[in-house]
Amino acid sequence: MSLLTPEPGLVFWMSLSFGIVAFILMKYGFPIILQMVNKRKDFIDNSLLAAQQAHEELAKVKENSEAILAQTRLEQTKMLESAAQTRDRIVEEAKELARTEADKIVAAAQKRIETEKENAMRAIRSEIALLSVSVAEKILREKLGTEEEQSKMINRLMDEVIISKS
Amino acid sequence: MKRLLFIWIWVSMLFLMAFPLSAASGTASDTASDELNVKEMILEHLADTYEWKIVGWKNGHVTVPLPVILCSKTSGWHVFMSSKLHNDDNSHNGFYVAHEGKYKGKIVEKDVSGSEIRPFDLSLTKNAASLIFSSVLLIIIIMSVARSLKRNPMEAKKGFIGLMEMFIMSINDDIIKPAVGKDHMRYAPFLLTLFFFIFLNNVLGLIPLFPGGANVTGNIASTFVLAVATMLVINLTGTKEYYKEIFWPDVPKWLKAPIPLMPAIELIGVFTKPFALMIRLFANITGGHSTVMGLTAIVFVTASMGTTINASMSALSVVFTVFIMFVELLVAYIQAYVFTMLSAVFIGMARVESHHKEKELIETKHITVNK
Repeated sequence: MSLLTPEPGLVFWMSLSFGIVAFILMKYGFPIILQMVNKRKDFIDNSLLAAQQAHEELAKVKENSEAILAQTRLEQTKMLESAAQTRDRIVEEAKELARTEADKIVAAAQKRIETEKENAMRAIRSEIALLSVSVAEKILREKLGTEEEQSKMINRLMDEVIISKS
Repeated sequence: MKRLLFIWIWVSMLFLMAFPLSAASGTASDTASDELNVKEMILEHLADTYEWKIVGWKNGHVTVPLPVILCSKTSGWHVFMSSKLHNDDNSHNGFYVAHEGKYKGKIVEKDVSGSEIRPFDLSLTKNAASLIFSSVLLIIIIMSVARSLKRNPMEAKKGFIGLMEMFIMSINDDIIKPAVGKDHMRYAPFLLTLFFFIFLNNVLGLIPLFPGGANVTGNIASTFVLAVATMLVINLTGTKEYYKEIFWPDVPKWLKAPIPLMPAIELIGVFTKPFALMIRLFANITGGHSTVMGLTAIVFVTASMGTTINASMSALSVVFTVFIMFVELLVAYIQAYVFTMLSAVFIGMARVESHHKEKELIETKHITVNK
C-alpha cells in the first residue's frame, strides 16, 4: 500500500524539478524549436514556389525569345526581298535613264550632224554655183571671143525665145 | 553522440564529486540473512531509498550518500548526509530508518511516549536525485537543440540534433496537432515537455547503471505531480462551453434539476481523467521494473538447486530479461505517448466551442439549400 501513497518529500522535489524544467522548456526550448522549424518549412515552401515560378518565367522567356527570333528571321527575309527588289528597281531605273539619256545624246548628235550636213551642202552648193558661174564665164568668154560668134549666139538665143513665146 | 556521452560522463562525475562515495565494509544488517527474499528485493527496488546504492557484494557496497532533509516537530530542521545513518547504532540525532512497521524504510524518530513518528521528510532521495539528474539532462538536450536551431535555422540538422528535431516534430505533428485542434501552438510546449520528461525518465529507469536505474516514473508521487499539472492545464484553460457542459449539460431537465445527477457524474469525470493518467503510468512502469527484477531473480533463486538447473535457468533468465527489456523500451515510448496523447485529447475537449452555434450554422445552411 505504501507504493500507492505519494511521498510528500518526493512530491515536493518532483514539483520543483518538473516546474523548473517546464518553465525553462516552455519558455526558451520548445517554442523556439517549433518556431524555427516552421520558419524553415515556410522558407522551403516559398523557395519551391519561387523556383517553380522562376522555371515558368524562364520557359515564358524562352518562348518569347523564340518568337522574337522567328519574327526577326521573317523580317530579315522580308528585308532581303525588298532590298533585292529595290536593287532591281534602281538598276532598272538607271538603265532606263541611261537609255533615254543616250537616246537624247544620239538625237542631238544626229540633229547636229544634219545641220552640219546642211551647212556643208549649202556651202558646197554656193561654192559650186560660184565655180560654175566662173567656169561658165570663162567658157563664154572663150566661145564668144569673136564678133561673129557673138551675133550667132544672140541669134540663136533670140530664136529660142521666139520659139518658146510662140 | 560523442557529445552526449561527454555530458553523461560529466554529470556523473559531478554527482560523484558532490556526494563522496562511501565504500563501507559490511555492517551487521547486510550479512543478516543469506536467503534471498525475492518479494523484498523487488519492493526494495520499487521503493525510494535515502542513498544511491551503485553496487553491493557480500561484505560491502559502493553507495552514493544523499542529503537528508528533515523537519521534526520537536527539534526543527535537520540536514545531514545519509552516510551518517550508518554508524554503530544506525541512527543520527535520534533519527533512524525503520526496518519494520508502518514506516518501513522511512526515517523515523521516537516521540516522548516512545512510539515511532515520521518527521516532515524533504530528503533528496534516490528518486529525487535521479529526477534532478534527468531534469538537467533534459534541459541540456532540448536547449542544445533549440540553440542549434536558433543559430542556423535554415540548415538541415545532422546527427543527434537532427534526430531530436525529427522526434519533437513527430510528437508535435502526429499527437498534439490532431488531438488538441486549432490552438495547438499554445499547448504544444507543455505537452512536449510532458512527453520528453516522461520518456527520458522511463528510459533512464531502464538503464541499470548509475545514474540510471531509479524508478522515477514508477513512483506514484511523480505521476501524481504530472497528473496534477495536466489537470491544472485542462481546467484552467477550459472554455465557457466546457464548464457549461459540466454543470448544465444538454440532457433532459430531470437529470439535472432537483438532483444534479449528470453534473455530479461530469464533475467526477474531471478528476478521474487525470487519476487514470496517474495510475496508468505508475502501474506500467512499476510492472515493467518488477518483471525485470523478477526474471533476474531467477538466477539467484535457483542457485541452491544444483549447477545444471541453475545454469539452464540462468540462460533462460537472460533470454527473458533481454526480451522484456526490449518490450520495456517500447513501453517507455508508448506510455509517454499515451500520457501525452490523452492529455492532448483532454485539453482538446476542454477547448470545445459552443455546439449551438454549429447547429444554427447547419440549420441555416439547410434552409439556404432548400430555398
